[in-house]
Amino acid sequence: MDAILNFIGENITMIYLIILMVFVGIELIGHVPSVLHTPLMSGANAIHGVVLIGAIIVLGKAASDDYFSIAIGFLGVIVGTLNVIGGFVVTDRMLEMFKKKPKAGENKGGSK
Amino acid sequence: MKHLQELLYLLGSVGFIVGLKMMGKPDSARKGNLVAAAGMALAVIGVLFFNWVDDGAGGGSFEITGNLGLILGAIAVGTLIGTLIAKKVKMTKMPEMVSLFNGMGGLCAALISIIEWRGIISPETAAEAIPLGHYLAIMAGLIIGTVSFIGSMVAWGKLSGKLGDFRFPGQQYINMIMLLAILGAAYMNYGAAAEGNSLYFYLTIGLAFIYGLLFVFPIGGADMPVVISLLNSFTGVAAACGGFLYHNNVMLMGGILVGSAGTILTVVMCKAMNRSLLNVLLGNFGGSSAAAGATNASGGTVREVQATDVAIMMKYANKVIVVPGYGLAVAQAQHVVHELETMLEAEGVDVKYAIHPVAGRMPGHMNVLLAESNVSYDKLVEMEHVNPEFAATDVVLVVGANDVVNPAAKTDPSSPIYGMPILDVENSKQIIVLKRSMKSGYAGIENELFFNPKCGMLFGDAKDSLQKLVNELKVV
Repeated sequence: MDAILNFIGENITMIYLIILMVFVGIELIGHVPSVLHTPLMSGANAIHGVVLIGAIIVLGKAASDDYFSIAIGFLGVIVGTLNVIGGFVVTDRMLEMFKKKPKAGENKGGSK
Repeated sequence: MKHLQELLYLLGSVGFIVGLKMMGKPDSARKGNLVAAAGMALAVIGVLFFNWVDDGAGGGSFEITGNLGLILGAIAVGTLIGTLIAKKVKMTKMPEMVSLFNGMGGLCAALISIIEWRGIISPETAAEAIPLGHYLAIMAGLIIGTVSFIGSMVAWGKLSGKLGDFRFPGQQYINMIMLLAILGAAYMNYGAAAEGNSLYFYLTIGLAFIYGLLFVFPIGGADMPVVISLLNSFTGVAAACGGFLYHNNVMLMGGILVGSAGTILTVVMCKAMNRSLLNVLLGNFGGSSAAAGATNASGGTVREVQATDVAIMMKYANKVIVVPGYGLAVAQAQHVVHELETMLEAEGVDVKYAIHPVAGRMPGHMNVLLAESNVSYDKLVEMEHVNPEFAATDVVLVVGANDVVNPAAKTDPSSPIYGMPILDVENSKQIIVLKRSMKSGYAGIENELFFNPKCGMLFGDAKDSLQKLVNELKVV
C-alpha cells in the first residue's frame, strides 16, 4: 500500500496531467464530422511523433564510445522524424483538398 | 531564462491541443495541422538547444545536447525520406501511409526503452534499486511500442495487398495467453534486472513481437481502419511512457492526447459500422458470410444496362445522387466522376454525393478523394442527411460501393453486417450500379439490391464506365 501511495505522491502532477489530457482528447474528438476522421487520425498520428523528443534525449546523452546506444538512438531519431514529418505532410495533403475553391466568375470583370 | 525549455515545451503542448481542436472543423483544419507542427518544432528546438545546467552556485547556462551532429544528421535523413514518401504517395494509398508512419513512432518508443534498459542494468547502476515508476514506463513503452510497430507493419501490408488474412481456431485464446505471457515475462524481468540479467527483457520483446503479428493478422482487411486507429492510440500511450520516464510534459501530454483521442475515434468508427470493438478485434467478420450469401444468390436475375441508356436517364433526371465506394478509389475515378457531375449540373440536374461513414477504407476517405478532384465540399452529404432525400431522387449512381448499400443489413438477421446503417438507395426511382463484376463486396456477402427490379448493372471498371457516361452525355 505504501509503495502505491509513494508512487502516487511522487508523480502526482503527471497523474493529474494524464487524467486531464484523457478528457481533453475525448472532448476534442467527440463532436467532429465523420468527414474529418481520416485527416484527424493522420494528424493525431503526427502528434504522437513527439516520441522523437525521447529519442533525441537518449541519443544526446549517449557516451561517445557507447556504439550500441548511439546506433539504436540514431535509428530512433530517424524513425521518430519519419513519424513527425511524414505524418504532418500527409495530413497537410489531405486537408489541402478541403480548401475553398474561388467561386467561378468572381474574379472576372469584378475589378474594373 | 532558466526555464526557457519548459516554456517551449508548454507552447508545444498548447500547439498540439489547439491544433487538434482546429483540425476538427473543415475550414480551419489545414491551419490546425500547421499549428500542431509548429508546436512540435518548438519542442524539438527546446530539447536540442536549451538544456539548463546548474553550476551549483545559483547560476547556470544553457547547454546544447550532446551528439548534436548525429542528431541533426538523423533528423535530416528522416525529414528527407518522410517528405519524399509522403509527397509521392497517391491519395488512395493514404490509409497505408498513416499506418506506416504510425509504426515508425511505435518503433521509436521501443528503441528508447531498449537503450534505457541498458542504462538500468549497466554495472554502475545495477546495485541500486530501480524505481518502480521508471521500470514500468520502460517496459510499457517497450511492449506497447513493439506491438504497435509490428501491428502497423502488418496492417500496412494488408492494406497494400501484400498480406492476406490468417486465422486459426482458438486464436483469441492463444492471444490471451500471449498477453499474459508478456506480462509474466515483464514481471520476471523486474527481479532479473537487479542481477544485470537481460534474458527476460529480450523474451518480452520477442513475445510482444509475436503478439503484434497475432493481434492484427486475423482481422479482416475491411476493418483495418479501426485497427490503425487503435494502434495509433497505442503509439500515443507508448510516447506518453517516454514522457513519464523523462518527466517530459510535452511528450506526456502529446502522447496521452493522442491515446485518448485515438481511442474515441476508434469507438466512433466501430459505431458507424454498428459493431463492437471486441467484435472487430476477435476477427469475427466474414466468418459466417458464406452461409448467409448462399441463400440470397438464387434470388433473381440481374438486369444489365448500357451506358447510352444511363446517360439519357441521367440527363433528363431532376436529381442524381452518386454513392461512391472503394471501387471509385481503386479505379482512380474521382476526376471523371467530377466531370460527369459538372456536365449534369450544366444540364440543370441537381447532383449530390451520398457519403456513408465507412465508405472506402476509412471514414472520410471518400471526402478526401473527391475533394482532390475539386468536388465542392457542400455537395458531399452525410448518410443521416441524405437518406430522406433518396425518395425524391430520380437516379442513384452507385460507383464501386457494395456493402454500404446492401439491404441485408436491415432485413437479414443472419447477415454479418445486420444492423449496420446503410444508404437507403432502394427508395429512389432508379438505381444504377457501376461494378466490375458480380463479385461480392469486401464483407464477402451477396447484395440483393442488385436483383431489385429498379436496379440496373453497368459492368466494367468504374473509371471506364464513368468515362463512357461522360462521352455519351456529350453526344446526346
